[in-house]
Amino acid sequence: MKEIRFHGRGGQGVVKSAQILVKSVIETGEYAHFIPFFGVERKGSPVYGFARIDSQSIDIKSQVYEPDCLVIMDDSLLDQIDVFEGLRNNSYVVINSRKSVEELNLPESAQNIGMKIGIIDATETALNVIGKGIPNTTMLGAFVSVTSWVDKSTVENNILKQFGEENARAAQKAYEEVKIYEC
Amino acid sequence: MSKVMATTGNTAAAIGAALAKPQVIAAYPITPQSSVVENLAGMIANGELNSKMVEVESEHSAMSVVQGAAVSGARTFTATSAQGLALMYEPYFRMSTLRLPMVMAIAGREMTSPETVWGSQQDSISVRDAGWLQMYVEDNQEILDMIIQGYKVAENQKVLLPINIIYDGFFLSHLMERVEVPPQEKVDQFLPGYNPQHVKFNPSEPMAVDPLTPGDILMEYREDHLKAAHKALEVIDDVDNDFGNSFGRYYGGAVQEYLCDDADIVLVTMGSMTGTAKEAVNIKREQGIKAGLLKIRAMRPFPETKVNEVLKGKKAVAVVDRNVCFGWNTGTLFVEVKAALNRCDDISLVPVIGGLGGADITLNHFTNCIDLLQKTSDYKKYHKCIWFKKGGELHEVS
Repeated sequence: MKEIRFHGRGGQGVVKSAQILVKSVIETGEYAHFIPFFGVERKGSPVYGFARIDSQSIDIKSQVYEPDCLVIMDDSLLDQIDVFEGLRNNSYVVINSRKSVEELNLPESAQNIGMKIGIIDATETALNVIGKGIPNTTMLGAFVSVTSWVDKSTVENNILKQFGEENARAAQKAYEEVKIYEC
Repeated sequence: MSKVMATTGNTAAAIGAALAKPQVIAAYPITPQSSVVENLAGMIANGELNSKMVEVESEHSAMSVVQGAAVSGARTFTATSAQGLALMYEPYFRMSTLRLPMVMAIAGREMTSPETVWGSQQDSISVRDAGWLQMYVEDNQEILDMIIQGYKVAENQKVLLPINIIYDGFFLSHLMERVEVPPQEKVDQFLPGYNPQHVKFNPSEPMAVDPLTPGDILMEYREDHLKAAHKALEVIDDVDNDFGNSFGRYYGGAVQEYLCDDADIVLVTMGSMTGTAKEAVNIKREQGIKAGLLKIRAMRPFPETKVNEVLKGKKAVAVVDRNVCFGWNTGTLFVEVKAALNRCDDISLVPVIGGLGGADITLNHFTNCIDLLQKTSDYKKYHKCIWFKKGGELHEVS
C-alpha cells in the first residue's frame, strides 16, 4: 500500500485534485481512497488530506502518519508546520515552488533518506496556462511524472472531464517541466 | 451489471436512497450531511429521480413532512447530523411510536459544546432510546447497501419501524473510495414498493391516527413496539442474507465477526474505526497473538444473544466507543455489551473511548490496545477506562 499526505491551503484545490487521483486509480481497476481533513473553513488556512493506493481493498480509515509521498501545494507551509513529519525512506515529494532544492532549505529529517523530490512552479504554470493561480490540476501532472503510480492518460481524461482542456494542458506542462532531484 | 464508481459516503447515501425510490424526501442541510441532500436535489432536478423534494426551514419540519407523507402511505427519506437531529427529536420519537417505517441516514457528528462540526457517534447514540432501529456501517459500500436493506427491514410486516443508517462524519461522509452501484432493476426486484396495511389514507375507509390514548392502551402499544424491535433482529439477518444472495455482499446481519472463533482477545467496534481495527488484528495475528474483532452493526435492537455467543469464553475484550456515556465513565456501547454479558464474570472487559470530535483513531491505538489486553487477560475484571490519545497513546483513567 502506498500512502500519500497532501498539504495545501484552503482554496488551492487539494480535495479536488486528490479526488481525481482516486478516481483515476479506481478506473484502472486498483483501489484508492482519500480522506480530507477540514480545519477552519476559510481560504488560505493550512489544509490536509490523506490518500492511499493499493492493489487490494483498503480497510484502514485513519489519517496518514508515515507517508510514502507528500504533495505540497504551497512552499510557504515549510516554515509553518513540519510537513516532512513521518516521511518514509525512499519516498517521493512533489512541491509547488519557484525555489531550487537548495533554496528550499529542507530540514535534516528530509535529507539522506533516498527521497525523490519534484519541484514545479505550479502556481505560475496555472496562471499562464489556465489564467488562474490554482495549482491543483497542474500539480497532478507533476505527481504522475515523479511517482508513476497512476496511469497518465486516465488522469488526463479526468482533468479534461472535470476542469477542461486548459487544466489538462497545464498538467501536461508540469509533467514535462517538473525538476526531479534525489536527496 | 453493477457500475464501479469513486464516490464519497454522502454520495453513496444519496445513490442508495435514490435506488430505493422514495416518494417524498424532506431535508435540511447540516455539516457533514449536506451533500446527501444536495445530491438528491440534483438528481430530482435532472429528472433522474422521481421524488417529491420538500425544502423545509428546519429539521423539525423535515421529519414532520416525511411523517405526514408516511402516514398517507409514502416511502420517505431524510438525512441529518448532530444539532439537526437534536432539533428533530420531537417528531423523531413520534415517527417510531407511530410505527412508521422509513430510512434516515445520519452522518455522525459530535454534539456541541465545545463548538465542533467533526465526526463522532454522540448524536445518534444520544437518541438510541427513541424507538428507532439503528445500524452503524464501516465503509461507503455498506452505506449504499444498508440504505437499500434498511427499507426492506423497516417495511417488513413484523417490524414496521423506522431505521437509521449511521456513518461517521468526515471519516466516511467525505471519504472517497470505490463503490459498486447495483443496477436499478436488481434493486427493484430486491425491494418491491411499500404497501402499508396498518395506516392508510383512503377517504372511503377513514381511520383516526394517534388519538389521545390512556395508559393501559398505551402500554399495549409499547409492548408491541418492543416485540417488533426484537423481531427486527431476525429480519436484519434475513434481509442481509437475501441481499447477499442477490448482490454478492454479505455483512453478517446484526453483528460481523472477524477471526473470533479461536481468539483469546477481541476488539468490539462500531463504524469506520472497524477497518483500522481489522488491520491491527492482522498485524497481531502475524505476531502469534490470537486477536479477533466483533463489529456491532445493530445498536438498536441490541444483539444480546449474538454478542454472548461470540464473546463467551474470551479472556479479554475491549469495547471501543466513539461516544461517551455520561454517568458511567465509559462509552455507551461498553455499557450495552456489559449488560449483554451479565453472566460472563470471567471476561476482562475494558472500556475504551476514542475519536471524539473528529479525533483520529489510528492503527497504533488498536495494536497498543491489543497489547494491553494481552496483559489484562491475566487478571479478572479490569475497570479502568482507556482513552485513545494523540499519537496512538493509551491513557488509563480509573
